[in-house]
Amino acid sequence: MYRYDEFDARFVAERVEQFRGQVARRLTGELTEDQFKPLRLMNGLYLQLHAYMLRVAVPYGTLSPKQLRMLAHVARKYDKGYGHFTTRQNIQFNWPRLVDVPDILADLATVEMHAIQTSGNCIRNVTADHFAGAAADEIEDPRPIAEIIRQWSSLHPEFSFLPRKFKIAVSGAAHDRAALKFHDMAVEIVRNGAGETGYRVYVGGGMGRTPYVGYVVSDFVAKPDILSFLEAVMRVYNEQGRRDNLFKARIKILANALGADEMRRQVAVEFEEIRTSGTLTVPAEELARIDAYFAPPEFEDLPDDPADGADGMPRDIPGVDPDFLATNVHPHRAKGYCIVTISLKPIGGVPGDATAEQMDALADLMDEHGMAEIRVSHEQNLVLPHVRRKDLPAIHARLTELGLATPNAGLITDIIACPGLDYCDLANARSIPIAQKIAERFADLDRQHHIGELKIKISGCINACGHHHAGHIGILGVDKKGVEFYQLQLGGSGAEDASIGEILGPGFGKDEIADAVERVVEAYLTLRQGPDERFLDTYRRVGIVPFKNVAYGQDLHAAY
Amino acid sequence: MPLIRGGQFVDDPFFFVPDGKAYPDEKGAIVTLARFQGEKETLFARGLPVGVRLASSENPQVLKADLPRIAAVVLEFPRFRDGRPFSWARMLRTRFAFKGEIRATGDFLYDQLASMARTGFDAFEVRQDFALDDFRRALAEMTNVYQPSADGRRTIRDLRAG
Amino acid sequence: MARQMLTANRLRDGAVLYWRGGGWVETLAEGEVHADPAAADAALAAAQSFVARNEVVGTYLFDVQPDGTPVKEREIIRARGPSVRDPILRKDGGKQAAAPVPPVPEDPYNVSI
Ligand code: SF4
Repeated sequence: MYRYDEFDARFVAERVEQFRGQVARRLTGELTEDQFKPLRLMNGLYLQLHAYMLRVAVPYGTLSPKQLRMLAHVARKYDKGYGHFTTRQNIQFNWPRLVDVPDILADLATVEMHAIQTSGNCIRNVTADHFAGAAADEIEDPRPIAEIIRQWSSLHPEFSFLPRKFKIAVSGAAHDRAALKFHDMAVEIVRNGAGETGYRVYVGGGMGRTPYVGYVVSDFVAKPDILSFLEAVMRVYNEQGRRDNLFKARIKILANALGADEMRRQVAVEFEEIRTSGTLTVPAEELARIDAYFAPPEFEDLPDDPADGADGMPRDIPGVDPDFLATNVHPHRAKGYCIVTISLKPIGGVPGDATAEQMDALADLMDEHGMAEIRVSHEQNLVLPHVRRKDLPAIHARLTELGLATPNAGLITDIIACPGLDYCDLANARSIPIAQKIAERFADLDRQHHIGELKIKISGCINACGHHHAGHIGILGVDKKGVEFYQLQLGGSGAEDASIGEILGPGFGKDEIADAVERVVEAYLTLRQGPDERFLDTYRRVGIVPFKNVAYGQDLHAAY
Repeated sequence: MPLIRGGQFVDDPFFFVPDGKAYPDEKGAIVTLARFQGEKETLFARGLPVGVRLASSENPQVLKADLPRIAAVVLEFPRFRDGRPFSWARMLRTRFAFKGEIRATGDFLYDQLASMARTGFDAFEVRQDFALDDFRRALAEMTNVYQPSADGRRTIRDLRAG
Repeated sequence: MARQMLTANRLRDGAVLYWRGGGWVETLAEGEVHADPAAADAALAAAQSFVARNEVVGTYLFDVQPDGTPVKEREIIRARGPSVRDPILRKDGGKQAAAPVPPVPEDPYNVSI
């Protein structure tokens, strides 16, 4: 993985001291809260419902054991013993004191971590496919370009006071695990007709009040030109994005107002100028230098497991729960290896939470098995990217002891939920208790497997941090006169077949929503044309009407 | 209002002339874009330096043809959160190779000075009690930069290459 | 007439505070309920001196029922700490969790569909 050199280290260290100065000026009143707020946000510090919240970046979702131990240390020393992994490859601490935050950042800097641009109206932490460098369906590891983008965007003097936040995701695989089309801008590694790899760039995706699926703004950007191209997009946005209305300030609104053709034209003009100036060209040597950091580990020449299923996945390994194998173990590009999802969704638990003890223990487990990295997924799980299949029994046993072996990755209880009204100052309704209730309702594993792939995503307000628009079943918390209500949306997808869920109708009370979800799921089971037809496929085939009827209590047959 | 230019407090060679007010004697005038466009020739005929003040919504593109005759472009920050002037300054410097003064006026923070200097601002209207030491400190908080801008500084990548 | 209470966060550590008698306390139960809107506004105005001294941020009034329970779920949760029951991991009922708090009322608006 990437390692800081003296320049990166100095940059982060100076940034910590800069923030220390800003905190000191706030405490003396030299800075007003109004002035301090955007500054603290640019360092990931919020003031939430109960306390401050610090959001720390996990750039492109990659952590070393040492970094994981540091997160555990921060959780223990400055917080309440746990951290919360978010949908954007960040970790949040819910209880830090303002006066401690500079020290926390200094501690994090010792392991090459920071909170730079994890909030604020700037270019946010760049996210990447969590299977990067391991996935069987990958053209190229997207993390080197993510690192290059991270450096380019860090304290960018022109783009630190954008109309609104700006989120970039990268992926290099056929299957989109990074929700590219729901980002302000996304970079997909593609191969052109001549067999060269380069980048397809999307803009204008996003969730929130007006969700849009992003469109392609360039089909192929040559590798050396990528920063010039991204800067061109940023410039069009900084100059023309709306600043008169907070809800219309994201690039998706501009992208939609201009239309794809005009957007492409304007970006092309800026791009041509920047490209010709040459100042942002990424030379091949620089790419190669960064690539080298992400070189895959030396894979041993391991035998393929004879018991493999058709998808190349082991089906039966003595000592490993077959349910775990079926959902949490994924194909790896190297023979004899696999990718393991560590579910942070125990039934009844808080989606995305890990305790300091779990983080420490995972770091130990990684060391024991010579695993240099762990990943954070946007689905609020952790991922061990390079696991020898022969180590699976030992790893699975340890994960089980740690309460980290819930075999539900991709199933109905693998729910994404934002912090919601339990923590978030902007929330309209709680998310976590709803996720817990639904997970408990569907706790039976046979039932979960019978239902198959079904992604439930819950947001506590229209800001959509829980990606409800992209849930096969999406749940949005709304406020009706101070009381929590929940809207149900169906048919969203954050994958390569991106779509925005359709709202079913009037909301449900907090004690009704789990029942409504269950009725929808039961209707799906009746309607599907076989166990291989996923919920999303059935929904796309039959439409919203039958689900609408059953959700509000009608009998499916009478309705359909 | 005190003016920092080229890293020093200087006497302001300009006078901002609100629309409808008479030009001062013997001093350069800064005018709004609307007034500039209406009275361009009169202004230049005075033989004194001409400055144009742009609201953050006004793209300096419109000044392109006149830039060689303009001594200063004043970019206004209506609120410090409005980041357009950073792009306007950068555009003036790198696209139009504007060599004159680019001045910041309005609502901006100590914490933005470094970015302003990077994108091409070289003059800053600051509040009465602002100390020059603070100005210098603001510019020195971060030793190195990752990306090129309008200041021609060597980036971290340049430094790595030695 | 709605009764109101005044709340803020302490700047240094973010702790939730409630207004009482010209100063701040840390629990809703100890906080002052203003039956009279003029008194509530006066408290809000007085609290601005704490804002000016950089001791607190984000002062605002919220409605409470006659028994002192906040009307909005948000304020109930703010007062009690996160409502998340987590038998598995969580240890953060919030500082308020230890203090006596009014019970969560039946939802007055919970209309079934
Ligand atoms: S979706 Fe809303 S409630 Fe949930 S974390 Fe985001 S802002 Fe908060």
